[in-house]
Amino acid sequence: MEHVAQHSDPHYDQEASKLGMWLFIFTELLLFGGLFIVYAIYRFLNPEAFQMAGHELNITIGAINTIILLVSSMTIAMSTSALQKKNKGLTVLLLEITIMLALIFLINKYFEWGVKFDHGIWPGSEHLLNDMGHGEVLFFGLYFVMTGLHALHIVIGMIIIIVALNKVQKGTVHADRPSLLENAGLYWHLVDLIWIFLFPLFYLIH
Amino acid sequence: MQTATQLEHEVNYLDYKGKYKGIFAWIFSTDHKRIALLYMYSMLTMFVVGVALGLAMKLELIAPGKTIMDPQTYNAVFTVHGVIMIFMIVIPGLPAVFGNFMLPIMIGAKDVAFPKINLLSWYFYVAGALLVISSVLFGNGTPDTGWTFYAPYSFKSGTNLLPAIFGAFVLGFSSILTGLNFIVTIHRMRAPGMTWFKMPLFPWSLYGTAWIQLLATPVIGITLVLVALERIFNIGVFDPALGGDPILYQHLFWIYSHPAVYVMILPAMGAISEIIPTFSQKHIFGYRAIIVSTLAIAFVGYFVWGHHMFTSGMSGTAQYTFSILTFIVAIPSAIKVFNWISTMHKGSINPEAPFLWAVTFIFVFMIGGFSGLVLGALATNVHVHDTAFVVAHFHFIVFGGVGFAFFGAIHYWFPKMFGRMYDKVWAKVGWAFFTVGFLTLYSPMFYLGMMGMPRRYYDYLPEFHAGNILSTLGSWVMTFGLLIIVINLFRSAKNGAIASINPWNSKTLEWTVPSPPPLENFDEIPVYGEKDGPYEY
Repeated sequence: MEHVAQHSDPHYDQEASKLGMWLFIFTELLLFGGLFIVYAIYRFLNPEAFQMAGHELNITIGAINTIILLVSSMTIAMSTSALQKKNKGLTVLLLEITIMLALIFLINKYFEWGVKFDHGIWPGSEHLLNDMGHGEVLFFGLYFVMTGLHALHIVIGMIIIIVALNKVQKGTVHADRPSLLENAGLYWHLVDLIWIFLFPLFYLIH
Repeated sequence: MQTATQLEHEVNYLDYKGKYKGIFAWIFSTDHKRIALLYMYSMLTMFVVGVALGLAMKLELIAPGKTIMDPQTYNAVFTVHGVIMIFMIVIPGLPAVFGNFMLPIMIGAKDVAFPKINLLSWYFYVAGALLVISSVLFGNGTPDTGWTFYAPYSFKSGTNLLPAIFGAFVLGFSSILTGLNFIVTIHRMRAPGMTWFKMPLFPWSLYGTAWIQLLATPVIGITLVLVALERIFNIGVFDPALGGDPILYQHLFWIYSHPAVYVMILPAMGAISEIIPTFSQKHIFGYRAIIVSTLAIAFVGYFVWGHHMFTSGMSGTAQYTFSILTFIVAIPSAIKVFNWISTMHKGSINPEAPFLWAVTFIFVFMIGGFSGLVLGALATNVHVHDTAFVVAHFHFIVFGGVGFAFFGAIHYWFPKMFGRMYDKVWAKVGWAFFTVGFLTLYSPMFYLGMMGMPRRYYDYLPEFHAGNILSTLGSWVMTFGLLIIVINLFRSAKNGAIASINPWNSKTLEWTVPSPPPLENFDEIPVYGEKDGPYEY
C-alpha cells in the first residue's frame, strides 16, 4: 500500500451534502407515503362519504395556495441561479419573497381551518363524531393530519430558508459553496410536491 | 504499510484535548470514535435497566401465581423491557457503536460524511431514551401495551403512553440519521482504490442496514404519530368505533418492524464475517456471495411482515404469499452460515474469545433461524402463535444473534478501541457462563410454548413449573457471565496490557492505525493497490 496526500478540503464535499439531502427527502416521502396508503385504503372503503366530504372544502383557497407554493418554488430556484451568477442582492430578495409566500400560504391555511372549526369540524369534535358517518370522520381526520403535517413542513422549510438567507447575507454561502441554499431549495420543492398531491386528493376528486 | 512510528506525534482520540474540557470534550465532540463510545456507555446504562427488568420477569415466573409482582406490574415490566431492548439496544447496537467507530477507519476515511449530524443522532438517542424513561417515572401508570403498541389498546389504555410513543419516534429519527450518514460515507469516502468489491464485509453489512433504516423507519414514524394523534384527538384511523381498522395498524407497524429485525441482524452478521476470517487466518469463503446475500436479506426483508399477523385476519392468498416469502428470506441467511463454516475449513484456527463468540453466534443463530421456519409455516404458526415458543425464537435471534455478535465484536475490536488487551482467561470464563446460562434460559421456552404456555402472562398452569424453574436458573447463570464480561472489560480498559497495532494479525485497515487511533485516524489516506484486499492472508 502506498500513500498520496489529499490536498482538497476534506471537510467540504458538495456531492456528499446533496446525496445526503436526497436521502433525507426519500425518508420524508416515505413518511407521507404511509399517510397516502392510509388515505387510499379508507377512500376505497368509503368512496361516497369521501366524495361528499370533499365538497366541504374550499377549492378556491386550495387553488390559490397551490399557485402560491408553485410560485415560491420558482423564486427559490431563481435564487439559486442568482447565487451562481454572484448576484447577492437578487438572491436575498428572491429568498425573502419565498418566505413571504410561505407565510401567505400559512395564513390562508389558518383561515381555511378556522372556517372548519367554526362549523364544528375538527378531529374528535362532537359534531363530527355524533352527526356524521365513519367515512366523514376518517376524511376529516386524515385532512387535518395530512395538511397539518404538511403545514409543519412548511414551517420547517421556512426556518431552513431563513438560515440559508442569513448565511447568504453573511457571505458563508456563496457561488463556490452553495450547498446549503441548494439543499434548502430541494427541501422546499419537496414541500411543494407533497402539496401537489394533497390538493387533488382532498379538494378535487369528486 | 502504516507503522506506529510514523504517527506517534499524533495524540490518540482518548487523550486528545480540544476546545472543551471534561465531559464536554465528549458530548460536544464530533469525532466518530468518541460518539461511538458515547453510544456505548448510554446503551450500557439502558442495557442494565433492561436486564434487571428481564431478571424480574424470570423471577416472577419461577413459580405459578403471584411471586413478586401483580399482573399489571408484569405488563409494565415486559413493555418497558421490550421498548428498551428493541429501540435502544439491538436496533442501534452494532451500527451506532462499532459502525461509528470502525466504518470510517475500515474504508480509510478520517470521519463520517456528516460528523455534526452524527453527534445530533446521539442527542436524539438520549432524548428518546429520556422520554421513554419519563413515561415510567411520571403520569398515571407505566405503559402496558407491550413494545408493539398495538391498536386499539395503545389509545385506550389509561397508562402514560404518549411519552413512550414519542420516545420511540425520536429514537427512529436517530436511527435514520445514522443510516443516512453511513450511506453517504460509504459512497463518497472510500479510500482511493477501494472499489465496492474490495470493501470489507462489515461496512457492506452496514450499507445494507443503512438502507433499511432509511426506507423503513419513516413508516413506523408516521404510524406512531397516528397512534399518538388517535390518543389525543380521536382521528379515527385505527379506531374501529370510528370506522378505522386496527389491523391496518399492525400492517404499518410490521412494515417497519420486520425489516428492523434485519437492521439488528445484518451488522451482527457483518461483524461475524470479520471475526471468522481473522481467527481462521484465511480469505473469507464466498466474499461476493455474502455481499449478495446481505443485499438480498435487506430487500426480501421488506416483504415478509405479514408473518407476524397470521392469526390476525388476512386472506388465504396473503397468508400463503407471506409464508413463502418468509421461507425465501431464510436462504441468504443459510448461504452466510455456509460461507462462515467453509472459511474455517482448513484454516489455522485461533480460538480466542472473539472466535468463540462468533462460533456460538452461528450455533444460536441457526437454532433461532430454524425455529423461525416453524413460525413461518402456516399450520405450526397457528399452534405456537403468541406462546413462549415465539419468545424463545426471537431471543435466540435478537439476543442470541445480536448479543453474541456484539460481545464477539467488542472482544475483537477492544484492543483497537482502548489500546489495551483484556484478560483473555476471564473473557473465556465469562463467555462460558453466558453461553450455558443463555441456553438454559431460552431453550425450555421452546418446549413450554409447544406445550401451550402463552407469552406475556404473569401466571401459568402447574404443569409448566419445571421448565420455568430451569429457565429462571438460566437467567441467573447468564447474568453472572455478563457481570464477568463487563467487569473484565472495564478493568482491562484501564489496566490491561498495552495492545499492539494488530494483535490478531488481521488484514483490514483499522489494524494499520495505532491503538487507540489518533484523532483523524490516518495521517495520510491509504490507497488500495491492485492486489490489496481486506482478506488477503
